[in-house]
Amino acid sequence: MTIKGKAYIAGIYEHPTRHAPDKSTAQLHAEVAKGAIEDAGLSKDDVDGYFCAGDAPGGAWPMVDYLGLNTKKLRHVDSTETGGCSYIIHLGHAAEAIAAGKCSVALITLAGKPRTGAMPPRAAGAEADFETAYGATTHNAYGMCAMRHMHDYGTTSEQLAWIKVAASHHAQYNPHAMLKDVVTVEDVLNSPMISDPLHRMDCCVVSDGGGALIVTTPEIAKSLKKPLVRLIGHGEAMKGPRGGKDLDLTYSAGIWSGPRAFEEAGITPKDIKYASIYDSFTITVLMQLEDLGFCKKGEGGKFVADGNLISGVGKLPFNTDGGGLCSNHPVNRGGMTKILEAVRQLRGEAHPKVQVKNCDLAIAHGTGGLLGVRHAASTAILERV
Amino acid sequence: MSEAKKYPAPVTNPETAAFWDAAKEGKFMIKRCTACGEAHYFPRAICPFCYSDKTVWEESSGEGTIYTYSLMRKSPTGPYAIGYVTLKEGPSLQTNFVDCDLTTLKIGQKVKVVFKPTDGAPLPFFTPA
Repeated sequence: MTIKGKAYIAGIYEHPTRHAPDKSTAQLHAEVAKGAIEDAGLSKDDVDGYFCAGDAPGGAWPMVDYLGLNTKKLRHVDSTETGGCSYIIHLGHAAEAIAAGKCSVALITLAGKPRTGAMPPRAAGAEADFETAYGATTHNAYGMCAMRHMHDYGTTSEQLAWIKVAASHHAQYNPHAMLKDVVTVEDVLNSPMISDPLHRMDCCVVSDGGGALIVTTPEIAKSLKKPLVRLIGHGEAMKGPRGGKDLDLTYSAGIWSGPRAFEEAGITPKDIKYASIYDSFTITVLMQLEDLGFCKKGEGGKFVADGNLISGVGKLPFNTDGGGLCSNHPVNRGGMTKILEAVRQLRGEAHPKVQVKNCDLAIAHGTGGLLGVRHAASTAILERV
Repeated sequence: MSEAKKYPAPVTNPETAAFWDAAKEGKFMIKRCTACGEAHYFPRAICPFCYSDKTVWEESSGEGTIYTYSLMRKSPTGPYAIGYVTLKEGPSLQTNFVDCDLTTLKIGQKVKVVFKPTDGAPLPFFTPA
């Protein structure tokens, strides 16, 4: 049993807003849902599967009601919550449901407003008494990974900076990007240290906004007018400190989700023309590129240097919308926007300055939670038919 | 700065109460599985490695080395350094480094446990040995 080729992404929508104090979170979900349904050329009443994560106010059943989905028709829901990669996991789960005949038009939404106001804290895990007081945040949790990666492999701040430089080269062409200025390695190194060894420009933006996807059957996708983009491989995985045994913060759960996705797709990293890689921080990108097999473990620094991730310049164009480092990071969750730009690339709808020629195979990969503490990862491999 | 910081009191629960009772006496406890011999942290009733319920409390030496760290330069309570310490007994754990110049921390540095008060049981931290 495989999901290879059994589900197509027929509709996409990225909310243009980056700051939405005048809108409700549920409203943003509705706006992105409407956008993706219209992009597909379908109607609200065609939706028979709904997927959302922890950002959806109240969870699946209040959202299904608020969105006015057709409850006589809706027959599959999934509110898997794995932080920023939830939506990549949803994509795989939607494909599984479609392959099993459990739904035929799946809607996945993400939206929220962390730039307008602080997000509610996530519920405590069993570790709370033994960890919460130490103040793990995104910055220092990823800082701990970077520190150890530098120690073990000689990775440098200059190499990490190249990831931001590449993102900024792409963001200059995105009219919605929060940060449109092209930056240099020196700019990144001269930005204030936030949590060693990560500088401000190693960190992604905080933005309001959202995005949505319509995933459907091959038959329905082929009846619509959009270029055909299908899921051919998917993987998901989780990693944590495991009782403190053999702690190694230099790799992520992508080391397991990646090979699962590539095996299902029957391709290798060398075949990928475009990569959407979650860029909560520069170190996130570097570690994930290694874990996914784009280079050997420890050689990520060399791989990303000298513009290798810049479209039209390097060997692996990444995050051509500017990514979380420059464009947006809706709800502090980067998984959705990673899928959206991968689909734009495969459709040939990316900005002409960053569009990859003959882009027929793309990867969208993300993590959720804290890389330096416990996290999930998910990998999707997409093909233009 | 870190000395003045107020830390939240552990909530505690039946599975971990013995850890906090020992902490009140200045003892830093880990759990060891008598079936597979592995030590783990934070403490669980069921061994996370072999799933045996034959886990027992063991006082740790409180000595270890810094696996990694990150110095948060600003926060509402001032700079602080989070990190992982690998204990002599094996398990690695998350902590803060205290009572030292936070800019001189190094991976591999020897550290030892030190307890800081809360309104409930004291919390374990680490400081250069």
